[in-house]
Order: sequence, then structure tokens, then C-alpha cells
Amino acid sequence: MALDVSFDHPLRSFRAALDLTVEPGETFALVGPSGAGKTTVLRIVAGLLRPQTGRVVLDGTAWLDTIAGLCLDPDRRSVGLVFQEYALFPHLSVEANVRFGGRGRASELMERFRIAHLAGAKPAELSGGERQRVALARALSRDPAVLLLDEPMSALDAHTRAGVRAELQELLRGLGLPTILVTHDFEDAAALADRVGVVSEGRMLQVGTPDELVAAPSDSFVASFTGGNLLHGFARPTREGLTEVVLDGGAVVFSTDSAEGRVGVVVYPWEVSIAHAAAADSALNHVSAPISSLTTIGNRVRVRVGPLVGEVTSTSAERLGLERGQIVVASFKATGARLVPLRDT
Amino acid sequence: MSRLFSVGVAVAAGITLLFLLLPIVAIFARVPPGDLLSALGRGQATDALVISIETNLIALAAIVLLGTPTAWLIATGGGRLRDLAVTLVELPLVLPPAVAGIGLLAAFGRVGLVGGHIHVIGTSLAFTKAAVVVAVAFVASPFYIRSAIAAFESVDPALTQAARTLGAGPARTFVRVALPLAAGGLGAGAALAFARGIGEFGATLMFAGSLRGVTQTLPLAIYEAFDLDFDLALAISALLVAVSAVILLATKLAFRWRSTSPSTTLFAPSAPRST
Repeated sequence: MALDVSFDHPLRSFRAALDLTVEPGETFALVGPSGAGKTTVLRIVAGLLRPQTGRVVLDGTAWLDTIAGLCLDPDRRSVGLVFQEYALFPHLSVEANVRFGGRGRASELMERFRIAHLAGAKPAELSGGERQRVALARALSRDPAVLLLDEPMSALDAHTRAGVRAELQELLRGLGLPTILVTHDFEDAAALADRVGVVSEGRMLQVGTPDELVAAPSDSFVASFTGGNLLHGFARPTREGLTEVVLDGGAVVFSTDSAEGRVGVVVYPWEVSIAHAAAADSALNHVSAPISSLTTIGNRVRVRVGPLVGEVTSTSAERLGLERGQIVVASFKATGARLVPLRDT
Repeated sequence: MSRLFSVGVAVAAGITLLFLLLPIVAIFARVPPGDLLSALGRGQATDALVISIETNLIALAAIVLLGTPTAWLIATGGGRLRDLAVTLVELPLVLPPAVAGIGLLAAFGRVGLVGGHIHVIGTSLAFTKAAVVVAVAFVASPFYIRSAIAAFESVDPALTQAARTLGAGPARTFVRVALPLAAGGLGAGAALAFARGIGEFGATLMFAGSLRGVTQTLPLAIYEAFDLDFDLALAISALLVAVSAVILLATKLAFRWRSTSPSTTLFAPSAPRST
């Protein structure tokens, strides 16, 4: 059962106009900064917002068709919506929350989401992860044909996030429902979604698999959103067939992409290597600067060197004895420097 | 300096409390408890008590029954008309009691705007027990509706929307989600309206009169006894103080009891939620 959504609706300072199709069993992630109009998509699909013009069709059955004057009430549509912050009913127990959508599957779902032992508890007594599981169980209790997730991870602390992400991944794969996931975190989107649409100011900038977006970001916005370092500079071709970019800070880097004029240089953190001195290796680009921050994420360490963020394994970081303030050399190959058009946002 | 400040604050608080409590203490101090009870034993006080309770309960039931949907409509569907609707609802709050009484006579009196039509079917509203109910409902309903609007507006819209996406229609959403979550504020509003109704004097006197055993409520009985039998007036006043204190206490207890539910305070302004 494929879900088709298209609409045009004015928001505070811009018009949101989006068009997307989600295949059965596919998870489509909408990523972008807050206020970009991502949640508007979910509200329109769920029937909580009637757009100025638009259509929502599930497998040939229209839920919304503004031209035909059709707009089903939310309770007449088959959606499971997990709200941001979950919107659990504070006055009802966990069990009553889950049963609210339908009695039939309540106990099965509570077992499945490991909340059966919390049946009598009120939402205020639960941890963030437990609340998220109750919200998912509740959303599924109605046996929906479409699943909508609004920032399902944002209310969780970094510690529980990784585990919950893996659970959610498994769940979405097993459900086989067309799912729309809204998140501002590209890593969540990459982990959970089959396709990702990058949204900014109500427009879809690029749609693709997470790998496609990282490999070929259509512009600087998509590039920086997918986690790449973005450096601004002025490009001109060299005689050797490379492109030389004079960065705004004065440094010069080389890229194998061709471009001329103002460009963005995108370098992904995993393509940056860190060393104490410029090595005589194949990397053409070196930036020498003091380490301004070190952040450990699981088994990796993010190292900020001047304008660049590089990612190294914790083992390497330990071996090199990296410390804040220490002057190091961050290197990346010309093939790792992607040139993208700049967007003035 | 800070010493002077704390002394000043303490003195001000002392004067305030003394000023507020002195008249209440005086009522009980002037009459020995024995005389108080015997005065209450006389017909006038008990008649007035029964009429007060009876008319106020009926008025409160009407206020809650009609005011709750009204408040829900204003709180959720208000839009641009919200402020106008709230102002209209609050108008009786600032109306002088004499104006309220004249207004009720002009509307429901024998020659009134709609009273004339009632008169045609052989009955008149003014100076009956029903008139007391109408007067009480008129002056007390704003207290309930204001509080109810604030209570409904403080219910997170995400919760009612969640109910809708879970298959609940508007009625089930209202009963299962909005009503329980607003219950604290509704209860507080009802208590306020009841307390205001019990003390209602001016509009009742003008619209319903002060007929002993028919329309004479506790405040009207005090007013009548005031000229003739000051001790009786004191005794009935003591009774009113007791009734009011019980209402206040019951409200506070009810609040403590359901302090886990999000609710509005007694005098929460019915300001629009910022979204």
C-alpha cells in the first residue's frame, strides 16, 4: 500500500510545497532544520491540518483531496502517529494509553514492547525510553496502515539513543508499513530510513538513499546537513587538471572535482586523518592548527582542527595522545574534497 | 536596613491578616454559642438556609451543564471571536448588582423582553424561587466559565490530537481526554461560582424580592433581620461564614487530592495559549 502525499500550504514565512511517495514497507525520512515544514507533512497525512491545496492517497483511496473538497477527519484515517515528546495521556495508565487506540492488540503489543510490567504505571513515572515504547505501542494499537514518527529520538538522552535506534530499525523492518520519519538528525535518518529527503524552508532539496546524499550532495546545504565539513572558497582549475580552491581563511586546498568561482568544499570527517606532522603520503591537503575540541562518540573521537572536524578511532586518538590545544596536521585527499554550489542560507 | 525591611513586611502582613479576620471573629464573639444555636432554631434562619442551598445547587447544575460546553467551544474553536466571547462571558462579573437586577427584570419581568412571552402562558418568573435561581446563575456563571476556559486551554492540544489519531471522535476525545485533564480547573471554577452564588444579594433582592420561605436566601435574611433583631442577623451571618469556609476548605482539599493532574489555579487568567 503506497502512500502519496502532495500539498502546498503557507507557513509563517514561506510556503511549504512537497510531493512524496512512500512505498509499502519503506521508511522515508524527512530531515532538515527545525521549522522547515517537516512536521507539517505528518499533520497533513494524519488529518490534523488541512492544507490550502493537496492530496493524500493511500493505495488508491483518497484521504484528502482539496479539489474534490474531501478531507477525512483524523479518526477516519488509518494512521499511527508518534508525537514529538510522545503526547501520552498523563491521567491514564500505560495499559489504558495503549488500549485507547484499540483493545484487540493491546496485550500483545505491551509484551512486544516490553512494557507489560509497567501496565499500571502513569506516564510520569516512566523513563524516556519506556515512554517512547509506550508511544509506539499506542500508535500501533489501532493497526494503522501508515506509521508517522515525529522526532522519535529527540526526547531521549544520548546514552539510550543508540540502543533505541537499533530497536526501532528492527521494528520498522518488521512492520512493512509505509513510514514517514521526521528528524533533524541525519545520523538517525541514515540508520532508519531507506530514502531520505532533505527539506529546507518547505522545499525538498534532494531525495536519495543516505549513501547517495553523502556521495553526491546536490548543494552545500545538503552537504553540511549530512555531516560534512563545509569550507568556503574560490575555485580555479590548475594546469595538472585539478581544481585549486583558495579558502576564505587564505589556505589552499585541491580537489578532483571541477569548478570555477565561489564554491563550497565538502570534506566528510571520516576522510580526514590526523597526524603530528604532515606525512609524505598521497594526501594533497593539509591543515595545521591546534585542536580546539575533542568529543568521544562511542568508539570514535571527533577532533576539531581549525575549520575541520575529523573522526578517528579512540584507539588512534590514544596512540597519538591527542589533547586540546596541541598543534596537529589534518589531512585529506583531493578525491575526498567535493565541490558543491553554495546556497545562501 | 534589611532588618527594617523584614520588620516592615511582618507588620504589614500582621495588619492585613488582622483586618481580614477581625470582622469574622467579631461575628462569633458578639453572640454566645448557645444564643447562636437558639437563634438558628427559629424558622427564618433555617428557611433561608434551605432556600439558599436549594436554589444554589440548581443554579450550579445549570451553570456546569451549559457552561462546560460553552467554555470548551470558546477554548478550542474560538479563533478571532475568542476575545469577544470571553468579554461577553465576563461582563456580569463587573456589572454592579443593581444593574444586574434591573437587567433581569427588564428581560424576564412581567413586561420584560422575553418575560412577556412567559407571562402569556400563565406564569411569571419574577419574585419566584425560579427567579432566585436565574439571578444566582447570572452573577455566578462567569466565575465558572472563565475558570473552565482556562482549564481547557491548558490541556495540551497534542493530547486531544493524539486521541483523534487513535480513532476517537470529538465526543470521545472530550470525555476521555479533555474533561479529565481539565477537571481540577472545572472543580475550582464550580467552587468559586457556588461561593459567589451563596453570597448573592443585590440582583436577587431586585429580581426575586425577599419573601420569607419563598425567595429569601441567607444574605437577604441577614438584611431583613439587621433592622429588627441584630442577634439573629449575627447568627445567620455566622452560618454563612461556616458555609463559605466549608466550600473553601473542600476546594483546597480537592486540589491537594488531585494535585497530580495538571490544573489551573483558582484565579488563573483565561489568557490564550501561546502557540
